[in-house]
Amino acid sequence: MSEARAASGGGFIANLGKIYGGYTGGFILFTLLLAVLEQVGVPNKFIGYAFVILTIGVYAYIGILSRTMDISEYYVAGRRVPALYNGMATGADWMSAASFISMAGGLYLGGYNALGYVLGWTGGYVLVGILLAPYLRKFGQFTVPDFLGTRYESSTARLVGVVVLFCASFTYIVAQTFGIGIITSRFLGIPFEIAIFVGLVGILVCSMLGGMRAVTWTQVAQYIILIISYLVPVVWLSTKEYGLPIPELTYGQALREIAAFEQQLGVVKGHTAAFADATGQFSWTEFHNFWALVLCLMVGTASLPHILMRYFTTPSVREARSSVAWSIFFIFLLYFTAPAYAAFAKLEVYQNVIGQPIASLPAWVQNWSQVGGLLTIRDANNDGILQLAEFVINQDIIVLSMPEIAGLPYVVSGLVAAGGLAAALSTADGLLLAIANALSHDVYYKMIDPRASTARRLIVARVLLIAVAIIAAAVAGTRPSGIIQMVAWAFSLAAAGLFAPLVLGIWWKRTTTAGAIAGMIAGFGLCLFYLVGTRYFPLWWIDTFGSAEAAQALVPLKAKVAEAAAAVQAAGANVTEQLQTALASAEAALERAALPRANWWGIRNISSALFALPVAFIVTWIVSLLTPAPSREMQAFVDSIRTPRGDVRLANSSTT
Amino acid sequence: MSSHPLSAEQQAAYWRRTSTLMWTIFVLWLFFSFIVHLFAHQLNSIVILGFPLGFYMAAQGSLIAFVVLCAWNAVAQNRIDEEFGVHED
Repeated sequence: MSEARAASGGGFIANLGKIYGGYTGGFILFTLLLAVLEQVGVPNKFIGYAFVILTIGVYAYIGILSRTMDISEYYVAGRRVPALYNGMATGADWMSAASFISMAGGLYLGGYNALGYVLGWTGGYVLVGILLAPYLRKFGQFTVPDFLGTRYESSTARLVGVVVLFCASFTYIVAQTFGIGIITSRFLGIPFEIAIFVGLVGILVCSMLGGMRAVTWTQVAQYIILIISYLVPVVWLSTKEYGLPIPELTYGQALREIAAFEQQLGVVKGHTAAFADATGQFSWTEFHNFWALVLCLMVGTASLPHILMRYFTTPSVREARSSVAWSIFFIFLLYFTAPAYAAFAKLEVYQNVIGQPIASLPAWVQNWSQVGGLLTIRDANNDGILQLAEFVINQDIIVLSMPEIAGLPYVVSGLVAAGGLAAALSTADGLLLAIANALSHDVYYKMIDPRASTARRLIVARVLLIAVAIIAAAVAGTRPSGIIQMVAWAFSLAAAGLFAPLVLGIWWKRTTTAGAIAGMIAGFGLCLFYLVGTRYFPLWWIDTFGSAEAAQALVPLKAKVAEAAAAVQAAGANVTEQLQTALASAEAALERAALPRANWWGIRNISSALFALPVAFIVTWIVSLLTPAPSREMQAFVDSIRTPRGDVRLANSSTT
Repeated sequence: MSSHPLSAEQQAAYWRRTSTLMWTIFVLWLFFSFIVHLFAHQLNSIVILGFPLGFYMAAQGSLIAFVVLCAWNAVAQNRIDEEFGVHED
């Protein structure tokens, strides 16, 4: 049976170039066909439907073709994914709705300071490549907690790993499901709550039948769509404006023109000014937060299990290494284009929107200001001319509106929607699989029922997959606030809990079981404490840790709350709605003032791991030195995963 | 193929070479991730093709360096593996 599988699998692997080449050509033809249909008068709504339904249909088709009842296929795609294709799959796995839709908008609004996201979400791959990926591949099991459980010969280490993985990945997947709901509801024109469940079906058809194998081959397909749809509008605009189809080169010109407009319009915070606050002055708080964010995102990259587990799927250690290089190359293609998006959009706004009569704004402004709350135009001084301060744009519409800014047909808007959907679906699939695999493999099989049959393990894996997906959709349905913030939290949680035990487990033989567990708990615990404390209990935080200055700033607001509370108290049973509203609004004002002040040394909680990372390393180091060194067998195991050739020498055969 | 491909000394020498490569790339990573951006403010006064250099480094320059570092790591580590005869067949 394994021979037959290898033969058919070999045919598929050998023809990957042909298959995905044909797929790409087919997708381009499909887009051109829709472009023709648009010209002959087919309505826009139909084009939006065609893109969303066709692409989800293709992913479902690949998912069904890739169904499997083989454990190794289900968990690690049979370890047959060539470096180049694993690189594309990792790219799609990596780039989420946040990268695709929100990042360019963040750059538009934040200028230089937002480049921390661009740096932080790319540089981590260097750490993955030099510190982790090849060694995890040589270790050659199924999940990241698997490595912790084996290296530290401890179910506790495995379990703590699962807890960290769950917290980080679940936070992340809720954000993705939310993004899928938004795109689906906008382009299919259905209510958000229903759209989330339509998206859920889209996620499950890719992953449920074929596990990692299905997710891998759909992610390759999703990467191709997302990169085409991201590049088309901006390349088009670059060609139109500057006669050169390389936006990454031409937007320097746009930056120069933006700077001229900034002077003319009196913008105090320049687009390219480094570490400037809202007044345009150099700010130490911005400076510190920039570094903290870059560090946390990079280390988080090298700790997020849905990324690390992609390197379990290559045929060899050598391919795992080159696969990291391919991954960052494919990710780079999108990330180094994003600042061009931001610059072109900003130039367009300064050139053709600001200072124009409100009655004759470009069509794209009029179209988007009709969609609730994303783009607001308010003629504050009633002069009929749009001033800069009267124009408010949401960061999520920069990428989505670029086709219209560039004056492209609607078919390109549909293309961009398909790309955003591909980005969100592929990341959600990777995360879902990481969570469900950890629960089914590490918790169920390794800890609850080690004698479970293959069929039973695969059934448990699928039941858990569906359960986690439904819970994630239900949580996303409550519209939790701050999607970008949630994504950044996921990175900090993973970095604080997993980076030290993984890296030290490979690079420092002296790391002991007690050291690793203590380090994980201390790092993860501190990160969680900072995050929850500053986000949900800001008043308590300021009382406990805050500076006198911060406490002082809250005194008048606290007095107002006390006053309102006393009024409610005094009214007793005759309390009016008015009094209660006054109390609620005083409390809200207090919380609004407290939130930005609740922190240590001005570090925002999206970079919580800044404090937790060194703690994790130091605790691991001290506790390891205080406990007896790992056994000779364990040291031999570490040697064996450091060398590509040869068998993995497990220290204790019962852990296999 | 033996399951112990290297003697203890060879293993140590192999790991020294690997570690040196790791630390070299790590230091370059540190430079392109953090150190160069310390001077973003000053670098911004140099403008090439419209790009202030400090902005350019964070938007493109460091990213290109990361891609090169990852590719270099793959190539150089393969060479070390072959030299010690520990590459996979």
